[in-house]
Amino acid sequence: MSDGVAAVSKFLTWSVVDGPGNRFVLFLQGCNYRCVTCHNPHTIGVCSDCGACVAVCPSGALTKDGRKVVHDPGPCISCDSCLSACPTRANPMVRRMTVGDVLDLLRRNAPFLNGLTVSGGEATLHLDFLIDLFTAIKAAPDLAHLTLFIDSNGNLPAEGWQRVLPVTDGVMLDIKAFDPERHRRLTGADNDLSLASAKLLADAGKLYELRFLLIPGETDHPEEIAALSDLVHELGPDTRLRLNAFQHHGVRGPAATWAPMPRAGVEAAAGVLKASGLAEVVLPSVWLP
Amino acid sequence: MTETLSQLRRIAQNPTLSFKQKEHALAVEAENMLPYVLLDAETRAALDARIICDMYEGNAPYKPRYVLPDYEVVLKNGSAHLELPKPETLDEAINTLQIAYHHVPSVTGMPVFIGHLDALLLPFCDGVSDNELYRKIKLFWRYIDRVLPDAFLHADIGPTDNRVARAILKADAELKQVAPNLTFLYDPEVSGDAILRLCTDNIIACSKPHIANHPVHREVFDEPGYAIVSCYNALPLRGGAASLARVNLKKVAEASSGEADFLDVQLPRYVNLNARLMRARVDYLFRQSGFFDGNFLVEEGWIDKDRFTAMFGIFAMAEAVNHLQDLAGRPGRYGHDAAANELGHRISARLAELVGREPMEHVWRGVAMLHAQAGLSSDAGTTPGVRIPYGSEPDPVSHVQALLPHHKHYLSGVSEILTLDETVRSNPEAVFQLAKGALQLGFREFTANVTGNDLVRVTGFMIRLSDVKLYNAAKGSRVNTTALGAEAAETVHILDRKPRVVGLELMAGSGV
Repeated sequence: MSDGVAAVSKFLTWSVVDGPGNRFVLFLQGCNYRCVTCHNPHTIGVCSDCGACVAVCPSGALTKDGRKVVHDPGPCISCDSCLSACPTRANPMVRRMTVGDVLDLLRRNAPFLNGLTVSGGEATLHLDFLIDLFTAIKAAPDLAHLTLFIDSNGNLPAEGWQRVLPVTDGVMLDIKAFDPERHRRLTGADNDLSLASAKLLADAGKLYELRFLLIPGETDHPEEIAALSDLVHELGPDTRLRLNAFQHHGVRGPAATWAPMPRAGVEAAAGVLKASGLAEVVLPSVWLP
Repeated sequence: MTETLSQLRRIAQNPTLSFKQKEHALAVEAENMLPYVLLDAETRAALDARIICDMYEGNAPYKPRYVLPDYEVVLKNGSAHLELPKPETLDEAINTLQIAYHHVPSVTGMPVFIGHLDALLLPFCDGVSDNELYRKIKLFWRYIDRVLPDAFLHADIGPTDNRVARAILKADAELKQVAPNLTFLYDPEVSGDAILRLCTDNIIACSKPHIANHPVHREVFDEPGYAIVSCYNALPLRGGAASLARVNLKKVAEASSGEADFLDVQLPRYVNLNARLMRARVDYLFRQSGFFDGNFLVEEGWIDKDRFTAMFGIFAMAEAVNHLQDLAGRPGRYGHDAAANELGHRISARLAELVGREPMEHVWRGVAMLHAQAGLSSDAGTTPGVRIPYGSEPDPVSHVQALLPHHKHYLSGVSEILTLDETVRSNPEAVFQLAKGALQLGFREFTANVTGNDLVRVTGFMIRLSDVKLYNAAKGSRVNTTALGAEAAETVHILDRKPRVVGLELMAGSGV
């Protein structure tokens, strides 16, 4: 899908929660999971130019040019009405960026950065772009100090990882659930590729962090926690594990009425995991009231 | 007169002020019963309209605003006037400094500068173990906070990585006191990453120290150099600042018909009026107050009459730019829009040029130094210095990038406060990189607050949030600046400075 261009949902020049140090984060559009608990659901779909968003845009930033939906950032007031109106969970404000565009942005902010993290959507859907971008950064003397990370759901076959890992410094991998039926219900996909990716990345020494989202009544079950513990032991008990707590921010659909994950529940799960011998269990750094 | 008397009575009977605080407030009122220094009518009118502002320094300036003694003099020679022998041990050196502080005036009634402490104390540290040094520093720190409880009081350390600086950083993070305020002078050639990292870790612990760009400041000053004092003012050591007066850029913009009128007519006019106000105040201090005559600080060489600058302050750059944008029909806002930011940068360059054309008698090098002034607690509807308005700041990297081009113009200091959200606590490397990047690109000073810290920076000084709550409950506070902090919190919504939410990974929309 590359030809050196990717659909970028957003970028940040300051992020302290996407890997070590301050990171430039590039959020690419499109995902191969359909998580009911997704807190960025507008990054899932790809725009079909249906025009439903044009009708609700209050500022005139969205128009139709022939068959295409066009977004003009000038008059846009960032009200996000278009995101709620989109039937495909896409984002008409997505911009197309070349590898060169991203290099320019990185150069402008390089003194403040420890690295780049590409997230999504699902970053690995844009594998050729990732490889082109990372290769170009590694080849640029003024950017070579940046560490290059991918934030992924792991739904990528081994052949894909083999291609991108030589230019990647680390991967943050989300495991959504262990029970196959639960995983399908929560994400619309199987988890076999994801689990295989965890092992592959750990063997390659590129698994920076394993992430697990605790959802009350779903992934906080004792059997899920036990399976998580088993997996981390298999990957190496020193693997850094981050527990996230399900919250309502951004969530659309039925999961918006589910209970958020309480702090006590996260701490209880962390207690069980640490007692099983895991070295590094990281909890959310801020608890939302 | 009735008005004055009832004001005196309000101070005397105020249940939340201590005896000392009342004494100071009464002295200020008494000074202001004297006639104001002689001003021409036009300057007087601009002052009355508060387009220019004397910081309420008082009607008859009888002491310099900021005094920066060269404490090395008393540590090397002792003091004949104070009957102090030359100190020989670390205890004697600290004791000598503690005595010296009581003889150093400033606008607050307490010293605003207590020395380059590591350079001063290192010669006395031979044979003192690290643990002993740390315990003595802790006692010294407790003394300062309890006896001189004013957050404008400022200690400097650096640029070298040394035992005293490390002991101070360790004690400061542990005690989390309001006083002293602290600046590390950072020099990439000398300091090294290790101590810079200690400093940024301390910022996460207690929002101190403030990190000054030593090479950038050093080239402005001659020997014996400079110090950072009070609200991040860079001033000549062995001297200081005679006075500070400031221009309200918002009001100047409101008096203008457009950008050209602002830059070519109104700004030159008010820069000139502010300079006249400064000359009148400086003249009174040097020629009528008698401050420098028979003063042992002068006679013993702690201070030099020829090393006092005058600070030319400006504030409300954000409101001025936004008003000029409105007049031009341009929607872009200061801090967020490239054209608005660029207009701000041109205003700063113009200010530097205009201030350089106003000669000043008695003043170090004969000309005032431009200063982005950090605000008064009574300011309402204006943003300090060249800062971006509270609550509308972009992320810290965009924030630094937007303000960077201002910094080269503000030779006596420009203070930004970057507000960082609490997620940085688990990622201190990010604060280190942010500080390093900002300093590498030429930021004069790096200052940050981490939300959730009890100790936070208000306009330029430190307060404890818990003290503000106590003060508001009318229980009074031991610390002088809490009253100002509480006023600032209510008047200028200072506690609204918002961190950007970055912990939520991705906010909807594409606006970057």
